[in-house]
Amino acid sequence: MTELIFFINQVVIAGLVLGCIYALGAIGITLIFGILRFAHFAHSELMTGGAFIAFLLASAFAAWGIVTPIPTGFVVLPIAMVLAAILALGIDKGFYAPLRKRGAKPVTLLIASIGVTLMIQGLIRLFFGAGSYSFFENEPKEVFRFDMAAIGSTRPLVITEPQILMILVTFVSVLALHFFLTRSRLGKAMRAMADNADLAQVSGINTALVVRVTWIIAGALGCMAGTMLALDVTLKPDLAFNIILPIFAAAIVGGLGQAYGAIAGGLLIGFAETLAVFNWTMVLRPLNAILPDWMQLPPTLALVPTEYKLTVAFVILVVTLLVRPTGIFKGASS
Amino acid sequence: MIQRSLTLFGGLFVLILLVGWVMGLPFTSSRLVEAAAYALIALGLNIQWGYGGLFNFGIMGFLMVGGAAVTFISFPVNPAFWAGEGPAMLGKALLAFAVGALIVLAARKSDRIGITGKWKTALTVLAWFVGYCLYRSQIDPAAAYIESAAGGGWVGGLGGHPVLGWLFGGVLAAGIAYIVGKICLGLRTDYLAIATIGISEIIRALIKNMDWLTRGTLTVSPIPWPTPLPQDFQAGGMDGYSALLSARAGYLLLAVIVLALVMWLISRAYAGPWGRMMRAIRDNHIAATSMGKNVTARQLEIFVFGSVLMGIGGAMLVSFVQIFDPSSYQPINHTFLIWVMVIVGGAGNNWGALFGAILLWLIWVISEPLSKAVFDFVSTWSTQFGWGAIPEIEARSAQMRVFVLGLVITIALRFAPRGLIPEVVKREG
Repeated sequence: MTELIFFINQVVIAGLVLGCIYALGAIGITLIFGILRFAHFAHSELMTGGAFIAFLLASAFAAWGIVTPIPTGFVVLPIAMVLAAILALGIDKGFYAPLRKRGAKPVTLLIASIGVTLMIQGLIRLFFGAGSYSFFENEPKEVFRFDMAAIGSTRPLVITEPQILMILVTFVSVLALHFFLTRSRLGKAMRAMADNADLAQVSGINTALVVRVTWIIAGALGCMAGTMLALDVTLKPDLAFNIILPIFAAAIVGGLGQAYGAIAGGLLIGFAETLAVFNWTMVLRPLNAILPDWMQLPPTLALVPTEYKLTVAFVILVVTLLVRPTGIFKGASS
Repeated sequence: MIQRSLTLFGGLFVLILLVGWVMGLPFTSSRLVEAAAYALIALGLNIQWGYGGLFNFGIMGFLMVGGAAVTFISFPVNPAFWAGEGPAMLGKALLAFAVGALIVLAARKSDRIGITGKWKTALTVLAWFVGYCLYRSQIDPAAAYIESAAGGGWVGGLGGHPVLGWLFGGVLAAGIAYIVGKICLGLRTDYLAIATIGISEIIRALIKNMDWLTRGTLTVSPIPWPTPLPQDFQAGGMDGYSALLSARAGYLLLAVIVLALVMWLISRAYAGPWGRMMRAIRDNHIAATSMGKNVTARQLEIFVFGSVLMGIGGAMLVSFVQIFDPSSYQPINHTFLIWVMVIVGGAGNNWGALFGAILLWLIWVISEPLSKAVFDFVSTWSTQFGWGAIPEIEARSAQMRVFVLGLVITIALRFAPRGLIPEVVKREG
């Protein structure tokens, strides 16, 4: 049973955490694509910027001497999300709305979003330098070790407090998004506009409002994803810039424009990455006892070497684009 | 239009003189050589985006391929590798690769023997897996052996002339562009952008981690120059400063000759029937198809041509700095920067791309010392007021160029969306 627990520690938990972060990022990208019809590269900077906002708030809380039972990063998350949503609205107003008004092509908006990426990244690096920060400088990162001797495992099941909260928070927000999109008037308007923008406009849907709501959701969820990523690892200026492509891969695999597809795609990419670099010998080692000598397992038996972990997402992306460009959930076609 | 271009190029010349006066000749001369290489790369992108409307965001990958190619051709031969078993093991890995490719090919043709539908898909996936395992089983020990002391550490070079390396960089980039184009060119613009970024990241991961071939993060240096080095001039009795300048002038001359040749060729192509056809495809590919043009093949052609220039430009950059360091390649410096050059200069106009490349490269390199000067000034000012100095000025000003680049592109998109020297649209009849 030790092998099973090892597998859960290495693949199930790690893949779930990574998948949740990818899914939250991919929802924003897929919504923006559905409503505004362009690939929003600056989403990575919404995530990093949101994480830095949360970090500043958490530092302020620590400076004021506020002690919270759960990690401060999660306590300040709602405030940070509101601020990040305002930031997202501001970016839209300042950079994308004038281009849209001019009737610019989606390609121009894509290039503009790269310009925004560079500007925000430059500003973050200007103020915070190139170093890394941790949310857990003033408080301990609690690690739970569940003893699994009862089912015959010599290893404990290890999960950290932020990881548990992260999975819970993702679950709750995805559920909330689901109810928003299916039950509320505005959510239905959003889906209608993603389906056919012109038709939505002539049937009296306030498209400007829908665009604003899209940015609010994208900014808030991006901030959530960025903060949780920073809570799991460390906070640095290129935090999300490095994972924006796996997130795009998640959105495309799920079908661009499909919110549920983004969740499925995120989890799929997260698990694929962790499974691809997983060393199968650790699980299959008991087989060595029954296998003949010439078939003994090598010490490392991973599908791809660890340094190619991020490459897995790109390979899945390219294969998806070739085999099924509309993604799992039939999004916008290529 | 001509007058506007002349004014802009005149302004650029004054800017170069100004930079030369403030920063000194050694700094300016090496920046100019780099600017020439970047101009070549920008022309490559201009062919793809300006002529053909193709969205290539994988420029970094092609630059890396060019750099790796020139390293392989021009670096001195590594006798330890050729004396050991490395070549034989690599041969076996190549054989395994070929067999794997055959298995995959056979599985794809399996409908000939009556295996169709889901079974064929499953068989293809299985064939890919078997081929991959076969290749890995041969390449892993070979790589481990070559990277060990007995294998010579890495493959080494061939000791050829660097200009041959540039050509090989172009050829290799063309080969990769052909494969990438075959895979991706059917996709719509944003998908194409994301797919090419993904592929360039895959190329980066491969070059960075294939230590046996490229030495990966251990870096390769010194890579020989195609023209005499400063040391050669010094051996001829020159003092250090003028030897450095003469050597750089020699390299710059070679780079400018290559650039002028390319500029002449592509301007001819642009003005000819081929260029008209490409613009027709870019502006309305459905109309072009109905006129009997093979859009897919033409787009592949233009993608390959543009990538050749990128490969050559990347090789020139690596030869010039004499070091191939795969971890120094970043999407911001090597993909987005080129895009900003072409868009600010004017997509579809070769002179615009050339202008944008030189201007943006100068802005990119002087924004660091410039912001350092600004920060220093503000810092002394704030110290006088008793607010204290700005901490870590050096590190902060190094980051400013990313911000400046973003600012330039957003301003350009807003106020000059067609670039400073826009494409000239001729209307006849």
